[in-house]
Amino acid sequence: MRGLWKLILVELKLYLREPAATFFTIVFAPMLLLLFGTIYGNKPNPFFGGRGMVDVSVPSYIALIIISVGFMGIPVATAANREAGVLRRFRMTPLRPEAYIISNIASYYVMTAIGVAALVVVGKAVYGMKFEGNILSVWAGFTLGSLAFFALGYLIAGVASTARIAQAVGMIAAFPMMFLSGSAIPLEVLPQSVRNISRFLPLTHVVTLMRGLWAGEGWAEHLTEVAVLGGVLIVGIILSARFFRWE
Amino acid sequence: MTAIAIDRLHKSYGDIRAVDGVTFEVSPGEIFGMVGPNGAGKTTTIECLEGLRRPDEGRLSVLGLDPQRQGYELRERIGVQLQESSLPDRLKVREVMGLFAAFYRRSADSAALLEQLGLSEKAGAAFGQLSGGQKQRLFIALALINDPEIVFLDELTTGLDPQARRAMWDLVKGVRDRGKTVFLTTHYMEEAEKLCDRVAIIDHGKIVALDTPRNLVASLEAENRIVFSVEAPVDEAPFRAIQGVTRVEQSGGRIIIFGREDGLLVRVVMALDSAKIRFRDLRTEQPSLEDVFLALTGKEMRE
Ligand SMILES: Nc1ncnc2c1ncn2[C@@H]1O[C@H](COP(=O)(O)OP(=O)(O)OP(=O)(O)O)[C@@H](O)[C@H]1O
Ligand SMILES: [Mg+2]
Repeated sequence: MRGLWKLILVELKLYLREPAATFFTIVFAPMLLLLFGTIYGNKPNPFFGGRGMVDVSVPSYIALIIISVGFMGIPVATAANREAGVLRRFRMTPLRPEAYIISNIASYYVMTAIGVAALVVVGKAVYGMKFEGNILSVWAGFTLGSLAFFALGYLIAGVASTARIAQAVGMIAAFPMMFLSGSAIPLEVLPQSVRNISRFLPLTHVVTLMRGLWAGEGWAEHLTEVAVLGGVLIVGIILSARFFRWE
Repeated sequence: MTAIAIDRLHKSYGDIRAVDGVTFEVSPGEIFGMVGPNGAGKTTTIECLEGLRRPDEGRLSVLGLDPQRQGYELRERIGVQLQESSLPDRLKVREVMGLFAAFYRRSADSAALLEQLGLSEKAGAAFGQLSGGQKQRLFIALALINDPEIVFLDELTTGLDPQARRAMWDLVKGVRDRGKTVFLTTHYMEEAEKLCDRVAIIDHGKIVALDTPRNLVASLEAENRIVFSVEAPVDEAPFRAIQGVTRVEQSGGRIIIFGREDGLLVRVVMALDSAKIRFRDLRTEQPSLEDVFLALTGKEMRE
């Protein structure tokens, strides 16, 4: 695994040099929080079980960051690197394919985590956001959700023949999910008919899991979410490995 | 000990037989070139040797290793410049060199490499901001970053200006003089002739000739040519009479005299003088690899 750390650092630097990627990963969710926080404040609300709008939005927006990295960042970047011939140049070195993929995933994971940290800092500093959960649990749930969606992102890159197609597929899959899963708009606000559809969207399970763990619920109450996301992760890994191409 | 051995390599893409039974060996310390027109099968051959493409048939050995099964070990010890590849646009030249150096057990001095390739001033520039020729030179630097035993260069001077091309030839010769083996492809006959110790001419996936450039040209037994322009048509008879002249061609004010013997030029100039023929642009042309290609394949080698 020679060069692995170096490659992770380089990938992080490159990520930060992409203004659009950096914006959607780090700036967008905190901005949204400030926007809605300004409008609605964070007063306890029976509608959200006695929590405030911000208390509920922060864990939901984590899902928003995850999907924007997984469905909009990863597919385009991966397919574009393949298309341009970047991947075949790396292949001509002794670097193992596993090392390349691991560094890639690690850099996305770190960037997503930085986005979450920015969101939490804004929630805490500006709105005194409530956190009733266990940090390790939340971190584990975040990791499960991220990796499941990253795997789907690599799958999109693998099946799309070009970067443009990867971008279109990623967007088409991401947008409805953002609005119907409760990540951008709280599930409580959505009509029952939409919530019936929501149950079938993997992102909804990230939202439910994050909100639950955030509020201090135990894993036992979220076996469905864990099973769904675990399933998505495993199937995603198998399929994305099957469809992965260097050129 | 051979550096590269390739025995009856076959590779097809669907119906296209890209490489059709290629066999040769390359010795350590030589510059070996493959020349041929577009689509001849050069890239397919070189990328099979690098382990990037899987041969349909045939045995390959590079530094005694099998490129398919021992690819990682092999890639530690070879350097590769691909005909087509790229790097992330926002990666800086210096970072590219540092990153690739980290992938290898051994590494060369990357600042010195950039200097040699005339890229020192561009060390802080992003890859996407480099010109085509600068990118090409960066890829050559990358091919040398692990101080490889064999360097594979696929179209090393495509996109370079004449000055950079000459500098590249010197660089490649320098690599050879340090005991390394160089395997390159080109479609410039002149490049093959001036740079390579041995040349394989490939056409339609088959090797049609393989030898030193000098022997290839000698094997043609072709005549030298003396070419000049005249203002009005002239009588060819006095030239035919010159000792050593085999043939005379005249068209559109241009005369070409074919012949083989030493001293031909002096005799032709004397004949021109005594016949009081006014002539311009006189030059001699020796047979080149270009003529070898023409003779072997019946077509001009043009890009
Ligand atoms: N990946 C591929 N899929 C299908 N056909 C291919 C592929 N690569 C090469 N070919 C075909 O195989 C033949 C040999 O191609 P190759 O790239 O080896 O030629 P080359 O000698 O390197 O040509 P050039 O001088 O243009 O680089 C061509 O007819 C080409 O169209
Ligand atoms: Mg080629």
